[in-house]
Amino acid sequence: MSRASISLAILGAVLVALPFIVGNYALSVATLILYFAYTGQAWNVMMGFAGQLSLGHALYVGVGAYAAGALFFHYGIGPWAGLWLAILLCVALGLVIGFLAFRFAISGVYFALLTIAFAEFTRIGFDHLDWTGGPGGMFLRVAQRDTWDLANFRGPPLMYYYAMLFLAAGALALCFFLLRSKAGYYWQAIRENEEAAQALGINSFRWKMLAVAISSAMTAVSGVFFAFYYNNLFPEQIFHISRSIEIILGPVIGGVGTLFGPVLGAAVLTLLSDGITEALGALGWEIPGIKQVFYGVVLLAVVMFLPHGIWPTLARKLRL
Amino acid sequence: MSALLEVRGISKSFHGLRAVNDASFEIPEGDINGLIGPNGAGKTTIFNMIAGVYAPDAGEIIFQGKPIHGLRPHQVCAAGIGRTFQIVKPFAGLTVLDNVTVGALLRSASTAEARRLSAEILERLGLGPKRDLPASSLTLPDRKRLEVARALATRPKLLLLDEVMAGLRPTECDQMVEIFRELNREYGTTILLIEHVMRAVMALAKHIGVLHHGEVIARGTPEQVVRDPAVLECYLGEETEV
Repeated sequence: MSRASISLAILGAVLVALPFIVGNYALSVATLILYFAYTGQAWNVMMGFAGQLSLGHALYVGVGAYAAGALFFHYGIGPWAGLWLAILLCVALGLVIGFLAFRFAISGVYFALLTIAFAEFTRIGFDHLDWTGGPGGMFLRVAQRDTWDLANFRGPPLMYYYAMLFLAAGALALCFFLLRSKAGYYWQAIRENEEAAQALGINSFRWKMLAVAISSAMTAVSGVFFAFYYNNLFPEQIFHISRSIEIILGPVIGGVGTLFGPVLGAAVLTLLSDGITEALGALGWEIPGIKQVFYGVVLLAVVMFLPHGIWPTLARKLRL
Repeated sequence: MSALLEVRGISKSFHGLRAVNDASFEIPEGDINGLIGPNGAGKTTIFNMIAGVYAPDAGEIIFQGKPIHGLRPHQVCAAGIGRTFQIVKPFAGLTVLDNVTVGALLRSASTAEARRLSAEILERLGLGPKRDLPASSLTLPDRKRLEVARALATRPKLLLLDEVMAGLRPTECDQMVEIFRELNREYGTTILLIEHVMRAVMALAKHIGVLHHGEVIARGTPEQVVRDPAVLECYLGEETEV
């Protein structure tokens, strides 16, 4: 076995054992890290692999969350069914955005603006949608934290942690497989030089649409998790552009286009920002917005010193 | 012999400027052909019309008996025409082998098969030892070879080479000439060279077309072409070294 697969096996074992080692607070932090690792991985399929910059991935989190959340809130339909509606809606939305952009050759920064626009007007739309509570939000029946109700995805923190671990590991495996498949080669070719890719027989429109579909479907699942983990949804909060930025910070800091970058980035960001908030709190300082300032500083440092992200350099150092 | 590619009276204008005017020629199967002409004669425009980058304003392009004008670049490639770019366009972040594998996937059942084929092509073009390097680290002659390798990996019937010799030293140029001769001989790949560098075209091509101001002014063997008074006047008159 290679060093990389041994390291991954050790990490996997530690993560599986984690709930029996640490307390509930640490477990919630770990759940958050896995959430960002998973969602970052989803975003990475579009940007890191296929080179299509989305700055509006909060759209898919939000639509996914509201779709499954509303089904549960109004009709008591659990997330296992709601999941499919969430995926369907998000993929449809993604394909509409993709079609508009790729059909009319909107690329680069303009594509990014289009993704922001869709997230923003969906946010405004939900602000005016009474069925989901409008700006006042939608509140799901809060979970009984001590009983397991798998059908409705209600249970102790342990359950959410394992669900997220399963998703993050699954996403990593999926991306590993995708990157080595025909799609992976074609996406990277399109990312590096679309004209040359087309000259090699690649229908770039179709393959970019596939990247959007996979990425939006994966992100829809993040949304469903979000709805049933936090139990309250506000358009202002879930669709906000700062949410989209939060999603992409992990992969950008960890390494765009790498398999492990999103995981590492999510861990570094969440641990450090939580650590700093904790430390300041211990000193009795409550500084609003300190998290955002911290994100900015980390981003600046990475862009300046490790423009390809932390992971490529770290992997070389560790000989993985 | 039947023509593999027939170009029938194609024209193309850009903002009222006629870049190609009623150009016709055909490329017999199995030969190395050249298209030459001074700068601005319309060589690259014709090339791009065949490759599907532009649709001609008028005329037809027939490949293996089927019209291909108006197809998109990826469809032209799938039909069996491979191309290189005058200004090389490597997938800079990918390795040399991965660059070629992207091309090979078009007609391979699996990525493993595509990688095997690509490794073979790289050996053939003398890039074997560099297959695991990132394409961004290659020198210009190697990048030109990579362009050819990538196009070959799509297993084309017709290989379009756009100024693939430009910027190469005479010895590097001769190496390329040798490679194309081998490819033509062993795989029967038909080649269309669009070149400014006379030396290579004269050494390689069986048939040559000469373009001037967007029109084909002469066609024939290299010997015939260099004796054609119209050619001498418009083109070779400017460059006396033949």
